[in-house]
Amino acid sequence: MGRFVVRRVGLAVLTLWLLATIVFVGVHVLPGDVGRRILGPFAAPEAVATLNHQLGADRPLAVQYWDWLSTAVRGDLGESLSFRVPVSSLLGPAVLNSLKLALVAFLLVVPLGILGGIAAGLSRGRAVDRLVTVGGLSATVVPEFVSSIVVILVFAVQLRWLPVTAQAPAGSGPGTQLRYLILPAIPLVFVLFGYIARITRAGMVEALDADYTRTAVLKGISQRTVIVRHVLRNALLPTIAVVATQTGYLIGGLVVIEFIFNYQGLGQLTFQAAQKLDFPLLQGTVMVMGIVFLVTTLVADIGYSLLNPRIRYGSTE
Amino acid sequence: MSAVEEVSAELDAGRSRQGRRAVRGERWRVLRRSPTFLAGAVIVGSWVVCAAFGGLIETHSPFAVDVLHRFARPSSSNWFGTDELGRDVFSRVVEGARGILVVAPLATAIGTVAGTAIGLVTGYYRGVVDDVLMRVVDAFLAVPAVVLGLLALVALGPSNLTVVVVIGIVFTPIIARTVRAAVLAERELEYVQAARLRNERAPYVMFVEILPNVTAPILVEFTVRLGYAIFTLATLSFLGLGIQPPAPDWGVTIFNNYVYLTGGVWWPTLFPAIAIASLVVGVNLVSDALTQVFER
Amino acid sequence: MSAAAPQETGAELPAAVPALEVADFRLAYRVRGTDREAVRGVSFEVARGESYGLVGESGCGKSTVAFAAMRYLPRNARVTSGEIRIDGADLFRMDDAGLRRLRSHTVSMVYQNPGTALNPSIRVGDQVAESFRVLDVARDEAHQRARAMLVKVQISDPVGVMRRYPHQLSGGMQQRVVIAMALASNPSLLILDEPTTGLDATVEAEVLDLVAALRREFRTSVLFISHNLGVIARMCDRIGVLYGGRLVEEGATETLLRDPRHPYTVGLLRAVPMWGESKDRGVLDTIPGFPPPIGAVIPGCVFADRCGLAEDRCHEEEPALYETGAGHQSRCFFHERAQELPVSAGLEAPAGAPGPGGDGARDTGTSGAAGLLMRLDHLSKTFHQEGHDVRALADISLTIRRGEVLGLVGESGSGKTTLARSLLGLTAPDVGSIVELDDSPLGPRVTHRTREQVREIQIVFQNPDSSLNRRHSVHRIIGRALAKLLGLRGDARERRIVELTRSVRLDRPALDAKPAQLSGGLKQRVAIARAFAGDPRVVVCDEPTSALDVSVQAAILNLLVDLQRDEGVTYLFISHDLGVVRFVSDRIAVLYLGRLMEVGPADTVFRGPHHPYTEALLSAAPILRGGARERIRLSGEIPSAASPPSGCVFHTRCPRKLGAVCEDTEPPLAEAEPGHLMSCHIPIEELRRLQLGATGSATGEPGR
Repeated sequence: MGRFVVRRVGLAVLTLWLLATIVFVGVHVLPGDVGRRILGPFAAPEAVATLNHQLGADRPLAVQYWDWLSTAVRGDLGESLSFRVPVSSLLGPAVLNSLKLALVAFLLVVPLGILGGIAAGLSRGRAVDRLVTVGGLSATVVPEFVSSIVVILVFAVQLRWLPVTAQAPAGSGPGTQLRYLILPAIPLVFVLFGYIARITRAGMVEALDADYTRTAVLKGISQRTVIVRHVLRNALLPTIAVVATQTGYLIGGLVVIEFIFNYQGLGQLTFQAAQKLDFPLLQGTVMVMGIVFLVTTLVADIGYSLLNPRIRYGSTE
Repeated sequence: MSAVEEVSAELDAGRSRQGRRAVRGERWRVLRRSPTFLAGAVIVGSWVVCAAFGGLIETHSPFAVDVLHRFARPSSSNWFGTDELGRDVFSRVVEGARGILVVAPLATAIGTVAGTAIGLVTGYYRGVVDDVLMRVVDAFLAVPAVVLGLLALVALGPSNLTVVVVIGIVFTPIIARTVRAAVLAERELEYVQAARLRNERAPYVMFVEILPNVTAPILVEFTVRLGYAIFTLATLSFLGLGIQPPAPDWGVTIFNNYVYLTGGVWWPTLFPAIAIASLVVGVNLVSDALTQVFER
Repeated sequence: MSAAAPQETGAELPAAVPALEVADFRLAYRVRGTDREAVRGVSFEVARGESYGLVGESGCGKSTVAFAAMRYLPRNARVTSGEIRIDGADLFRMDDAGLRRLRSHTVSMVYQNPGTALNPSIRVGDQVAESFRVLDVARDEAHQRARAMLVKVQISDPVGVMRRYPHQLSGGMQQRVVIAMALASNPSLLILDEPTTGLDATVEAEVLDLVAALRREFRTSVLFISHNLGVIARMCDRIGVLYGGRLVEEGATETLLRDPRHPYTVGLLRAVPMWGESKDRGVLDTIPGFPPPIGAVIPGCVFADRCGLAEDRCHEEEPALYETGAGHQSRCFFHERAQELPVSAGLEAPAGAPGPGGDGARDTGTSGAAGLLMRLDHLSKTFHQEGHDVRALADISLTIRRGEVLGLVGESGSGKTTLARSLLGLTAPDVGSIVELDDSPLGPRVTHRTREQVREIQIVFQNPDSSLNRRHSVHRIIGRALAKLLGLRGDARERRIVELTRSVRLDRPALDAKPAQLSGGLKQRVAIARAFAGDPRVVVCDEPTSALDVSVQAAILNLLVDLQRDEGVTYLFISHDLGVVRFVSDRIAVLYLGRLMEVGPADTVFRGPHHPYTEALLSAAPILRGGARERIRLSGEIPSAASPPSGCVFHTRCPRKLGAVCEDTEPPLAEAEPGHLMSCHIPIEELRRLQLGATGSATGEPGR
């Protein structure tokens, strides 16, 4: 078990390094002439050269790469071109804000998705199943900005139940903050619900069809007990494994949602960096996203193996 | 009964009892009867018609500016109303179908071809090649598609061609993953070993032996990714990095007009939004139906 | 009908009420709007304390009957008529509560694949205790009784086992746990559906012995379902033969086997190699055609299409059940002359002309003729898994003679598959291993060998579903092999394709078909044609008939034997079925835990004197006919290949273990008598005395 954990962590670190390299390529290599890219086609060559020198973009690539890696590992991600402060100082509060939003979304969608999947699995082929499956699937593919706008239109503009922005006034308590966060969480719920319900449903179907469920039924145990004691614990295992990978979609949605709801989180920051061609900041935000994803999947992986007796105990023969 | 008659009788009877019913016509028939497939096909079909024959359907020119009639409500002359420049929203919505229905499938196709190639190679060879490539794939998958696209397009500067290539590349890793999984399963089957015992070379085994047996999951994956490609493309357009103006792309239109929502002007935003939603849902219904049929 | 002594079950019932009564039971599956009949009016009874066997091939409906007896049927199943009564109670009229009570108290079921029958996320102890809790027993007592039950099923460390999860137990132990759960309620009726299929021979023997012993102790009635006649013969008092959803013959075991009165039963019995029978003495009889698919509409007798005795009447009118003796019934108009069923093996189309270079001249010579074809020396293979090394093959030395059939026998973990793969070049053996063909060394992998060498060694795999590419037509499969291995093109290739197809008794229309459109037997013929396409000298047959129905197996075995004779090819024939191996092989090699225990002429290895492991294997195999044998029971489980026992690897289970010498020193594979090699410390004369005694063979002479 210990060996397993070490391996997984090692792999995660490796992937992180590869990600960093990809980001480096994206930010330093793809734009070609970085200075030109930032200042535009009409800027004077001297200005471009000065900027390139300031950014260190005129050094050989290998040097730039090493320099970036070594400072990044120590937590220094450079200075934001547009805000003129260290990138790391911007990331902290942004990540915190996004975390709050993500938490609200997760707290809503995970129970909903699991219950939906269980209901669908139990009523396989019938109305509830079609509703959850098709409905969930349809909701998943609607882009967040579409659902955000529709949701704002309905709940904020027409019905005026909830505020249009996500940012609660400074100093508000958790209750108020929550109220502001519900609306932006809804598009996230839409996106994630379908997938979670689907995986849970698949887990349920597999468990219901399994031989061990048959054994339990043939023992004369009541239907409800069979489901609760035998089916659920096996059915929900795949869901746990998969929920973590959903953070990817969640993070992706943040960019748009935070933009529309005017919420200063990681997504908004990323978008602003993109708009302003603030490469160091963009680099930093993408790396943070990657790290969050890798950590979440790592934790989920380890959690899954702890919960699955076949992996936890292995074979003693 | 002699052996000869035995065989003829068997073939007349059609298929073996056990094992999957893999006769092609069978699958089509099931598909045609599936309500999910039909609903999806109708929706997608309608948009394809709009993309192909837009000129015949549009009531006005999508580019005709008429400042005197800005923000006109939906009426009999402007079915979907007009936008901030007085342009007819209905015509713009219809026109906008073309862009997305050309770019998204193209990008998905690129991703599918590249992903299939990588998946085949890593699944077949395994070992070091597999480990290395899969780590790279994992690294790509650690960042959401939208953000990767964002990064790449910011770096390269948005243009329609770049958009196609970038989205294609962004989807390659996940398709590679799926294809690899399918190949890994096939690889263990004995017919692959039988091929090795004929001195078949690796490309033959990958493309002639294994590939035909994984086309089903690849097809399904293509349609699933197509839905996400539309999703991603629309989002990038919304953020200004997708299909470039003056094409009346739906995402761009929404971006330009959503600020007017609070002012009560909902139509230039809502109709393109419904267009996007219906298209992605339609594509997904089709892919869902295909998944059901091919996973039996 | 044998009436057993009255026994005490959960409820007090008069002895005359049968445990299970199936009365004119008809069941259909609704598939896409049409009803397909799977069970067509089956009637039989299992008396109290009796063991009744239901035997048949795939699609005959036996599993359906088993599950119907527990009323566990899929949603699209429809009982169209008839009744099933358990302990007198009508099964299909019960309410849910009654059904649950029936399942918890009166009927239990054990089916195939014990690994999947147990919940992987719940500890074994809790699952067994659950069977008691359902009887309204308190928690602690349930656990105690669970422990006691595990002891009863001969699990030596019940407390330890109870704490574990199912995947941590071996197959045999898992099945014992399932049996423990089934017998917890002391049910009136125990249903066993292929409970030992998939288990190793020695483990199967133990499980069957256990079931027999428990049955005697608890006096439970048993409904035993299997496709394996040998197993049924051993376990059951009465037998019912199912075909196409109909009971075609029924009677006491002994009578039915000695004096079968239905052409199908006769055919089945003829298709199974007689114990000790060999190809030199005869050909296996086959049943032409194949079983009808579920739901086929058959106007007359269900078996008429394949029956050698059938006349017009049989196709139009269904025969009634005729009494052919006390308690013996047969559903056939011609039940009196059923045994005059003409032998159909001769009706098969003659084998096609042998191919170029194969007028039997390629490698003629039966065993004894000169010439080693293949030599394996110091053949080892170690697999490296997390933490430990698994030695699948340990220093094997073996020769294969030109033109012979070498049978390879072994249970799981024996390394027989690894050996075959090393021979073929699909798995690279450890450095230092020598694999030679005709005195030239073969490279460790296919890619290291010459084209000729690769062409000369081919294989027929076990599972025709996965050994043929589902997307290629038969024509393409065979054609590609010809093109790649022999370089044939154009007309020459077409001609050869036709010849090959004919030689495996496949007809032209099959060429255009894809594998999915063919039955198992036909697919396997294609696989054989493909293996022979390149005119190989060695063909490895890896369990070539295990995945096929009994009646089809015989045809394929006959085909393999014929091809071998005609083409002069050498076989390495791997099988777990000893009867089949004996039938086909000239010499037999016995593997245990990656080491050769014995190699010798088939006859000697079979009759003795032989290695104690071989002795146990042979005694474990359920035989159909022949003298009764004394069972050798092996204790313990097959050790893990990762940590093999010291000295002789078999000493942990050997009933003839000498003592310390077996634990310390590994006996070399030495020639105990001319042509017969053994790896045992006991001298062969001693073995001869112990095993054969003064009277003769203890393993049963083949004889009709």
